[in-house]
Amino acid sequence: MTRRSVLRTLEFGVPVLVVALWWFISEAMPPSFYFPPLRDIWAAFQATWIFDGIGRDVVPTLTGIVLGYAVSVIGGIAIGVVLGSVPALHDFLHPVIDFFRSLPSSAAVPIFILLVGVGMEMKVAVVTLAALWTVILNTSEAVAGADPVVTDTSRSYRLGRLDKLLFVTLPAASPQIVVGMRVALNQSIILIIVAEIMVSTQGIGFFLKNAQWHFDLTGMWSGLVMVGIIGFALSRLFLFFERRVLAWHRGLHGKAEL
Amino acid sequence: MTMSETARPDAVDRQRGDAKIHIAGLGKTYRGHGKDRQVLADLELKVRDGEFLSIVGHSGAGKTTLLRCIAGLEPPSCGEVRFDGELVTEPPAGLALIFQDYGRSLFPWLRVLGNVTLPLRSAGTLSAQERRAAALDALKAVGLADAATQYPWQLSGGMQQRVAIARAIACRPEVLLMDEPFASVDAQTRADLEDLVLNIRRQYGVTVVLVTHDVDESVYMSDRVAVLGGTPTGVAELIDVDLPPERDQLTTKSLPGFIDLRTRVLRAVRELPSERKSGA
Repeated sequence: MTRRSVLRTLEFGVPVLVVALWWFISEAMPPSFYFPPLRDIWAAFQATWIFDGIGRDVVPTLTGIVLGYAVSVIGGIAIGVVLGSVPALHDFLHPVIDFFRSLPSSAAVPIFILLVGVGMEMKVAVVTLAALWTVILNTSEAVAGADPVVTDTSRSYRLGRLDKLLFVTLPAASPQIVVGMRVALNQSIILIIVAEIMVSTQGIGFFLKNAQWHFDLTGMWSGLVMVGIIGFALSRLFLFFERRVLAWHRGLHGKAEL
Repeated sequence: MTMSETARPDAVDRQRGDAKIHIAGLGKTYRGHGKDRQVLADLELKVRDGEFLSIVGHSGAGKTTLLRCIAGLEPPSCGEVRFDGELVTEPPAGLALIFQDYGRSLFPWLRVLGNVTLPLRSAGTLSAQERRAAALDALKAVGLADAATQYPWQLSGGMQQRVAIARAIACRPEVLLMDEPFASVDAQTRADLEDLVLNIRRQYGVTVVLVTHDVDESVYMSDRVAVLGGTPTGVAELIDVDLPPERDQLTTKSLPGFIDLRTRVLRAVRELPSERKSGA
C-alpha cells in the first residue's frame, strides 16, 4: 500500500474504530443514568433527528449560522479592505476592533435579547458579533501588509480600481482572509448554540436545554452528536472551499496537487 | 506629440529635440529619521526616441531610484521628468516597467494568460477576444505560447521573466523600462534573455531604458550607456556604443571595439568616488 492509501484508510478507519469501541464498552458497562449506552443514544438519535428534528431544530440553527456567517464574511472583508487601504484608519481603529474581538460575544446575548428579541434576528446578531471582528482584522492586516512590488506593479500597469480590488488586492490577501474565515466559522457554530441555549424556542441549542429540563440524558447525548455532525460537515465544506480558492497558494509553496 | 512651445515659454528649451524622455534637474532626497539622504541631484538625461539606453553605476548609486522616477512611481524632490513632453506625475500610459523580482511582480494567483491580459483589461480599449489574441501574440513573441494556461510558479525563473516581458509588450508600450531584469537568472538564461529583448526591441520598435550593474551587458545591448556617479548622483558620463547594430553573443563580445567600450564604461564606473556616505 502506498503512504497515501494508508493515510486514507486511517482517516476513515480510526473514527469507525472509536465508535465501535464506544458501542461495545458502553454495552459492557453496568447501566448508568448519565452515560447511557450508545445503542440507546442511537435509538434516540433516530427517533429525534431522522427526520422530524431536521426541520424543527437543525434548519433554524443552520439558517442562523449561514446568515450570521455570511454577514460577517461579506461585511468583514468589505470593512477590512477599507481599513487596510487607509493606514491612518487602520492604526486608529485597530485597538477598538481588537477590544470587540476580545469581548466574549456570549456576554452580549442578554443585551441583544432586549434589542432585537429572541428570534432569528437575535441569533444572527450574536453570530455576527462573534465572527465579524476576526474577518475584519485578518483582512485589514493582509491588505495593509501588501507586498510593495505587487502594489508597484498594479500602479505601473495602471490597473483600474475594480480590477485592482478583484484581481490583485483580494487574491493577494486571500490566504490570510481564509484563516480569519475559518476561525469565524468556528465562532459562529459555538455562539449560535450558546444563544439558543440561553433563550430561544427553536434550534439544537433549545433542544439541548429542553432535554436537560426533562432529565432526558439520552436525548441530550443525541443532540450533542447532532451538533458534532454539523460542526464536522461545515468544517469539511470549508476545507473543500479553501482547497479550491487557495490552490495557487498551495502550489506556490510546493504542495501542488493540480 | 509635444506640447506647443508657446504654451510654456519657460519649457521651450526642454522640449527641443526628439527626446522621448527628458529628465531635467532631477533630485531625489529620502527623508529619514532626522537624517536626510540625498540620492540624486541635478541629474540631466535625454532618452532619444527609439534608442536603447543602459544606465550603469556602482551599487547604491541610485539607478533604481532614477528608473522609479522615470516610471512615475517615485515623485522627484526637485526637477522634472517629461515623457513625450508631458510632465510625469504618475505612471504614464505608453510606458511599461519590467521589475527585477519577477517572482513577486507576476501574480501567482493568475495563470500566465491572466497575468498578461490584466493590464489590457484595465486599459479598456480591447474586447475580451482581442485582449486574449494580443496576449497570445505577446507570449508567442517571447516563445511561451504553450505556457498560457500554466501558473507562473510552475515555470523556471527565465520563463517567468519572459512572461513579464510579454505582459509589458502586450500593452504595446512606446518605452520599455527594465530594472536589472536578468539579475536573478543563470548566465546562459541571461544571454538568451538579452538576445530575446534585442529581438523584441527590433520587432516592436520600442525605446528601451535598461538599468543594469553588468558592464558587459550594458555595452552589448545598448546604443548609449549612461554612467551614474558622484555623491549625490548625477550622470557622470554618456558613452556612445558605436558597434554594428546586429549584436551576437560571440562575435560582438570579441570585437576590439567592444573590449574598448567595456573598458571605458568600467573605468567610468570605477573612477568615480564611491566613498562611504559620511554621517551627513
